[in-house]
Amino acid sequence: MVAFIIRRLIQSLFVMFFVALVSFSMFQFIGDPVNQMVGVETSLKERAELRERLGLNDPIPVQFFNYITDAVQGDFGISYQQKRPVSQMLVERLPATLELSLISALFSLLVGIPMGVYTGLNRNGFLAKCFLTISLIGISLPTFLIGILLIFFFSVTLANLQPISIFGLFMLDPKIFQLPSFGRGTVVDLGWWTTGLLTVDGLKALIMPSITLGLFQLTLIMRLVRSEMLEVLRTDYIKFARARGLRNRAVNFGHALKNTMVPVITITGLQVGSIIAFAIITETVFQWPGMGQMFLQAVTNVDIPIMAAYLMLIAFFFVVINLIVDMLYYVVDPRLRIDTGKGSGHG
Amino acid sequence: MADPLLQVRNLVVEFPTRRGTLTAVDNISFDIAEGEVLGVVGESGAGKSLTGAAIIGLLEPPGQVGAGEILLEGRRIDNLPYEQMRRIRGKQIGAIFQDPLTSLNPLYSVGRQLTETIMTHTDMTPTKARERAIELLTEVGIPAPARRVDQYPHQFSGGMRQRVVIALALAVNPRLVVADEPTTALDVSIQAQIIALLKKLCRDHGTAVMLVTHDMGVIAETADRVAVMYAGRIAEIGPVREVIKNAKHPYTHGLMGSIPAVGHDAERLEQIPGSMPRLTDIPQGCAFNPRCPQAHGRCFRDRPEPLPVEDSRVACWLYDEANALSYEDAKRAVAAKEQVSEAQLEEQANV
Repeated sequence: MVAFIIRRLIQSLFVMFFVALVSFSMFQFIGDPVNQMVGVETSLKERAELRERLGLNDPIPVQFFNYITDAVQGDFGISYQQKRPVSQMLVERLPATLELSLISALFSLLVGIPMGVYTGLNRNGFLAKCFLTISLIGISLPTFLIGILLIFFFSVTLANLQPISIFGLFMLDPKIFQLPSFGRGTVVDLGWWTTGLLTVDGLKALIMPSITLGLFQLTLIMRLVRSEMLEVLRTDYIKFARARGLRNRAVNFGHALKNTMVPVITITGLQVGSIIAFAIITETVFQWPGMGQMFLQAVTNVDIPIMAAYLMLIAFFFVVINLIVDMLYYVVDPRLRIDTGKGSGHG
Repeated sequence: MADPLLQVRNLVVEFPTRRGTLTAVDNISFDIAEGEVLGVVGESGAGKSLTGAAIIGLLEPPGQVGAGEILLEGRRIDNLPYEQMRRIRGKQIGAIFQDPLTSLNPLYSVGRQLTETIMTHTDMTPTKARERAIELLTEVGIPAPARRVDQYPHQFSGGMRQRVVIALALAVNPRLVVADEPTTALDVSIQAQIIALLKKLCRDHGTAVMLVTHDMGVIAETADRVAVMYAGRIAEIGPVREVIKNAKHPYTHGLMGSIPAVGHDAERLEQIPGSMPRLTDIPQGCAFNPRCPQAHGRCFRDRPEPLPVEDSRVACWLYDEANALSYEDAKRAVAAKEQVSEAQLEEQANV
């Protein structure tokens, strides 16, 4: 187990090294950094001085070495546009993106897995068929469209509705269901982290972006769990578990669901990575002050230090998540724990 | 004598399909007494396993009990709701399946699967259940049970896994165990051990067994009585010695003839010509009639029901008193055929 983790760590270092190489090469190929930083009236001499000060006259391997050593220490250079350290800007934006990703990942797991189990168990049920049809819509609609539709309904339409009388008992104002269409709402600053999870306003602001971002993953997880459940329910050990008179819950969740977990963990791990990486679209639709939005602005301004740092950060998340996924396999499946000695390795 | 432990009365198992209903088990009746071992033999597709599945209430849809009843200790169990039947499964009727390699959940230790079963049916504490689990593993002959109890199925060999499966089936001392081809997936050398173990445990606990197999050797060694099934019907049911030594139904007769015996220098094994009919085209009358050497007019017209003959019950018109042939005649007819084939054998031996 320890040897395995060390091996995976070394592999991860290699991955990060190559990603660093790619992001570093952006500096070389996408325009001249000096041109981005100075004004039109800067003299050639001043430009040359700046070039020397930035170390751009060093041989490229030396520049790369400096870049990596700085990056390892958390220094990704200074934004061309904003003249502020990139790492500081990332730290400011990171909580917004991570909170959004975490909530939408939880949403897709906590709703997707039960729906998958349900549709797997009641294959021909009416509700199961409804879920499957709806999931098709979720899979085929583009993310931004879902976001825009949600905004249209919950932020625009509800705001214009008159209060409705419910059976003449009380008046229901549709505005209580109204949700904010942009920003994080009120956030609490914990010093190193700003969170929207502690205020009602912040939570309300999270609802629509999380649904938008998580809906595709939800339908994917639901369909995956469903097909795995159908597979596992046919196996002999499920038949035998029933023959032993185990309770339905124990058979369906203890025995069947657990056996579907290995593929589900794999996919979930990959999806959490892409939720973080592709939050860009959702963040744009909802004006979410996260890293994705910052990245898009950086692309518009050819702000290479930010783009390079973003690339490396996303790669880092992918590597960490994959490492966690690999370790979860060990927790779930005893057949992978090879170090148990006698009798292993056969069948 | 009290009621038999298990009574199966006119059981019909059918599969509704788009082109009509297929009857896989057709109107069969038998009893299993307390502590008795009933062997059920027959070719693949004769309905043996389905009968077992119907008894434990786990017919796979769309299979269903179409008619008849199953009584356990005089109480009807075939129409119980799922939850009530679940309480009977494992507690009163245990089951053992064919393939020990796939009968155990790979993600749980054998101990966890044992304690889970024990605690579902009794109110033992986890510690007590664990002790009982180790005790059961000892009983089924697993060495170092205190250590093995925490191991996972993949750390056991096939034979050892089938021992664990037996321990699971017998965990809460059921009155009856339905063993569906418990040795088919195992090495020949392990088969004998597993059968001996099953037999010993059931004798010790007074558990009755319904042993489904197509291995006559296993039946001869283990069973008290044997039911021979053909095309979803019982052809012959009786004491094991009687059926083996003195087969009455022409099908049983052919079946026994097809078993190789050591020291018997037959050139070729006898075989029954043809094959068992598919469920969709079972002939009118006796299902065996296209392959029966003694089929006559009535066999093609009316379906024979099992009739008492000596200690057995045989579904064959040869033994019907209303038939022109008396039982003695029938016996002679069967014997004549036997002599012919023996004479042929001798002839061949002399040449």
